[in-house]
Amino acid sequence: MALTEKMTINMGPQHPSTHGVLQLILELDGEVVLKATPHIGFLHRGTEKLSEHRTYNQIVPLTDRLDYLAPMSNNLGYVLAVEKLLGISDRIPERANVIRVIMAELTRLKSHLVWLATHALDIGAMTVFLYAFREREAITDIYEKVSGARMTSNYIRIGGVTEDLPDGLEKEIRDFVATMPDHIDEYEGLLTGNKIWQKRTIGVGVISAEDAIDIGLSGPALRCSGVDWDLRRDAPYCGYETYDFDVPVRTEGDTFARYKARLDEMRQSSRIINQALDRLKPGPVTADCPKICLPPKQDVVNTIEGLIHHFKIITEGFKVEKGEVYVGIEAPKGELGYYIVSDGSPMPYRMKIRPPSFVNLQALPQLVEGRLLADVIAIIGTLDIVLGEIDR
Amino acid sequence: MGVEQSQTLGSGFITTSLDKLVNWSRAKSLWPMTFGLACCAIEMMAAGAARFDLDRMGVLFRASPRQSDVIIIAGTVTKKMLPVIKTVYEQMPEPKYVIAMGACASSGGVFDTYSVVQGIDQELPVDVYIPGCPPRPEGLLYGLMKLQEQIMKERNSFGAAIGIGEVVKEA
Amino acid sequence: MCDQASVEKLKAKFSSAVLDVVAFRDELTVTVEKGRIVEISAFLKEECGYNFLCDLCGVDYLGQQPRFMVVYNLYNITSKKRLRIKVAVDEQNACVDTVSGVWATANWHERECWDLMGISFSNHPDLRRILMAADWEGHPLRKDYPLQGPDREPYQGRLS
Repeated sequence: MALTEKMTINMGPQHPSTHGVLQLILELDGEVVLKATPHIGFLHRGTEKLSEHRTYNQIVPLTDRLDYLAPMSNNLGYVLAVEKLLGISDRIPERANVIRVIMAELTRLKSHLVWLATHALDIGAMTVFLYAFREREAITDIYEKVSGARMTSNYIRIGGVTEDLPDGLEKEIRDFVATMPDHIDEYEGLLTGNKIWQKRTIGVGVISAEDAIDIGLSGPALRCSGVDWDLRRDAPYCGYETYDFDVPVRTEGDTFARYKARLDEMRQSSRIINQALDRLKPGPVTADCPKICLPPKQDVVNTIEGLIHHFKIITEGFKVEKGEVYVGIEAPKGELGYYIVSDGSPMPYRMKIRPPSFVNLQALPQLVEGRLLADVIAIIGTLDIVLGEIDR
Repeated sequence: MGVEQSQTLGSGFITTSLDKLVNWSRAKSLWPMTFGLACCAIEMMAAGAARFDLDRMGVLFRASPRQSDVIIIAGTVTKKMLPVIKTVYEQMPEPKYVIAMGACASSGGVFDTYSVVQGIDQELPVDVYIPGCPPRPEGLLYGLMKLQEQIMKERNSFGAAIGIGEVVKEA
Repeated sequence: MCDQASVEKLKAKFSSAVLDVVAFRDELTVTVEKGRIVEISAFLKEECGYNFLCDLCGVDYLGQQPRFMVVYNLYNITSKKRLRIKVAVDEQNACVDTVSGVWATANWHERECWDLMGISFSNHPDLRRILMAADWEGHPLRKDYPLQGPDREPYQGRLS
């Protein structure tokens, strides 16, 4: 019998495949991982404490920078929580809700494209990275036309959205979504039948349904272990109950299943966007709450009430009733939850963000135990973590 | 060490031509280290992807600090991450340059909090600051071009390369 | 998504431990006694079906007695209902029993609560700092901790 010795190596915060600043201390026996300990906190920016010192409107750009791959999703979750706290959830106009759904699904596509690009790049398929980023550029163009910024859009606001869609954007979104199924087929053609991809992903990182629920997994990772869970369908927001879409659920619970499920989700998102575009009717895009939503620019310049409301909302903010709410939405990575406690002042008393990646990463040690070192990379990719959200 | 006159190879025609050759080869093949920390890293990846190709400028992302010339600090620097950045920076061989990409790396950005270092220039000597939150990929390209211009203006690069004196950077 | 039935069952079984029930914006918040949180959590998981712990956090009510509240946000996957449990913790004895035996996901959430708020959890398998550096002093999310940190000047200007 050969004498073996355990080796402890550090997969440091600076690493091309850790999707951000994540440190893993791995105890290895040869190539087999015995124990993995994640260390996080290298990107802890104090967003929660900072939001105790900012008005509700000023926090929206801070939420953009949490899960920076899906910025409008974070905006949406926060804004829904504040609207519930204010009690104006049923006064959001129809057009604003439809635009929110379009943007949320485009964001889901954006996030899944980056997931596919980096996951495939880590396993070795570099072409998929370039193809997926090409599609992502098309979505970034749409973001830019609608909000002015490529990534950190700050577009979904309390009471609706900032501004209406510019002319010609509906056609651009429709054309883009029409090409999406072909592109997804392209990625499938490159990866699904590929023997190397199958060997690297089938049977890797299996988790059972009970373990997944216990450890708090959510999103595609939970759905691939056999649990039929989707907050868009179970606790609908923004009118999701009126859209017709399927929720891909698989039972194998391994990396290949999660890969297939996310590609199916991308197809379903294209379906939802098409249905939403058909429903766009002209109308207002912000709620009729002058003390909460910013008035349109003509009113600010021409009427005295508009000027005063604009001034008060920007400088002081609006007062919110005392109370607390928790709202969870189906972000691309799982359940993104916002728990906001208000004490009656224009700034939140406590804002806790429940990031899906933080909880999903907890499952990493039990997924890698007993697997090879190369599987660690595949498993980090399949859990789809983004450190901005984990560390806040 | 007393007062040491910085030795240079002089400024004759052949010397400056050799300097220009060394500067040109350094500037046109800058190899950055992938140091993406936060959101700016995604724009850096987009700059390296197909639309704003960085490879056509000679820029090749290397994962190891031992093989890179420039470190692009893209994202928020926290106090917990600072020792790691310093270790990695010290592992880079000379000549090395630092680009602070984004508002967080330049000055702390939006995050004026207890755990964020207000700008990487508190610890590392920065050559180019790229503002933006996040800066557009064209912004990163412009920043890299500015760094290339700075490198082209250096003097005594050939001398420093063969061991005589130090590189004289523009003030 | 109000689950009045589960709250009634909870009040029936633990009548002395349930201190307060608040309904706000279609959500129920139940404040319970600190000492019996593990039993109550196990009861909610097994009998009422709350098998998913969404979130566990601490809130600092500086100036009130007791100073801290630990908040558990629960979700029932089958009936799709939400419930919130709160536990009051005072400053001198800032310690709660861990619920990581009931829901394994509480592990990291409690570590974060200890790190940022200073509420410790007894019988926790691995209670150490998670987001701040290991040698950090102080608990940043407490209300008496300055936003810019103890070593920098506070920001003097206007925010808007």
